[in-house]
Amino acid sequence: MAGFVSIHNLRKSFGAFEALRGISLDIAEGEVVCIIGPSGSGKSTLIRCINRLEDFAPESQISVAGIPVTTGRSLAAVRAEVGMVFQSFNLFPHLTVRRNVMLAPMRVRGVSTAEAAERADKLLTRVGISEQADKYPGTLSGGQQQRVAIARALAMEPKVMLFDEPTSALDPEMVGEVLDVMKSLAHTGVTMIVVTHEMGFARQVADRVIFMDAGEVVEIGAPAEIFANPQHDRTRHFLSAVLNH
Amino acid sequence: MDIFQTFFNIDVLVRTFPLLMQGLWVTVQLGLCAIIAGLALGLGLALVRIYGARPVRLIARIYIDVFRSIPLLVLLIIVYYALPFVGIRLSAFLSALSALTMVSAAYTAEIFRAGIEAIPKGQFEASGALGLSYRHMMVDVILPQAIKIVIPPLTNNSINVIKDTALASVVAMPDLLKQATQAQALAANPSPLIGAAIIYVAFLWPLVAWVSRLERRFGGGTR
Repeated sequence: MAGFVSIHNLRKSFGAFEALRGISLDIAEGEVVCIIGPSGSGKSTLIRCINRLEDFAPESQISVAGIPVTTGRSLAAVRAEVGMVFQSFNLFPHLTVRRNVMLAPMRVRGVSTAEAAERADKLLTRVGISEQADKYPGTLSGGQQQRVAIARALAMEPKVMLFDEPTSALDPEMVGEVLDVMKSLAHTGVTMIVVTHEMGFARQVADRVIFMDAGEVVEIGAPAEIFANPQHDRTRHFLSAVLNH
Repeated sequence: MDIFQTFFNIDVLVRTFPLLMQGLWVTVQLGLCAIIAGLALGLGLALVRIYGARPVRLIARIYIDVFRSIPLLVLLIIVYYALPFVGIRLSAFLSALSALTMVSAAYTAEIFRAGIEAIPKGQFEASGALGLSYRHMMVDVILPQAIKIVIPPLTNNSINVIKDTALASVVAMPDLLKQATQAQALAANPSPLIGAAIIYVAFLWPLVAWVSRLERRFGGGTR
């Protein structure tokens, strides 16, 4: 049975370097999946293939909510359903916080200005930054910017949210506020795929944890299993390196 | 005859002033038309050069390189004196306008390209991930940021275009310089040339100062 997000034989090379070596993966609707693994293991590349920010080999197949991830019209349909949060926020610096959140619903969904503004304010309240709505992103802290980025992605009412190391660029004291927003989001039934180095978050929030290494999925399981009883040497080695200090 | 009588002859200047003003008006018309046409053509060339299919991209690139290499005076003389041999006979104004536009567009295209390429990749990715179409990405996200970056160099280029209009006097355009040389011949006194120089400077100095201010403001880079 194909999952809500279905990945079949995903291959991707950068020149001679094989970044993804035939990954197959099914993710159910509403599931929260955390992808962990060493740098360069292909975690980010994997989730960037889901909305085709990265091209992948023609024999690979990905679909989201039954829509194949290809090019052209069907890609636009997928991207409208898939929200993404980046490591470096990527807010639009020339627009106010509220306008950042309003832009895509107005341009892609044809929502009116008034309705988009109302929705933006609701979302900004939900991520706890309603007072900053009229400021420009550059004046906000990293944690605040990332929460705006989450609100911006949510404004499209996506069925799937991709998080590409959302806390890696943050000062340590701001990691918590972003993870809190993500935790509350996990309880709303939106499907979440999170590439992260935050093992505490993965343990606490994920339905399944995926350990990747060298372009392959090494191990998949419930967080309790993976963290307490990893089956593979590579997983054990990685976990002992990140957890024991 | 002292130096003032020769170069700053008030009598001659007052007499030829209306002529110089006519010339300035032609210079301004020619300059503005060339700047606007060059901006439009240049933006189109830049977009083709960055996003076009391979063959058109190559054509845009060749165009840009050729017209940045050819001296404007040479191009102007070709357009005005050589093209009539193949039946293309343009007026002095149109010859000057097309030569200025062709060269200005090449420089403008490079300026726009640099501006667009200076926008971080994350801005394109965020736009794509949100599902924005190419057109909305450019209009709402990329170009508003790129324009801020390119305003100082574009203004600089515009100043150069206005200065280069003086070359049009070689194809008998009655621009400021041409009027001044004619007035000089009539009055048998070079004061009108000095007058023209002063008018050029008075006209362009504020623009030059404005560019410096813009460069100070945007140059630091607040983000």
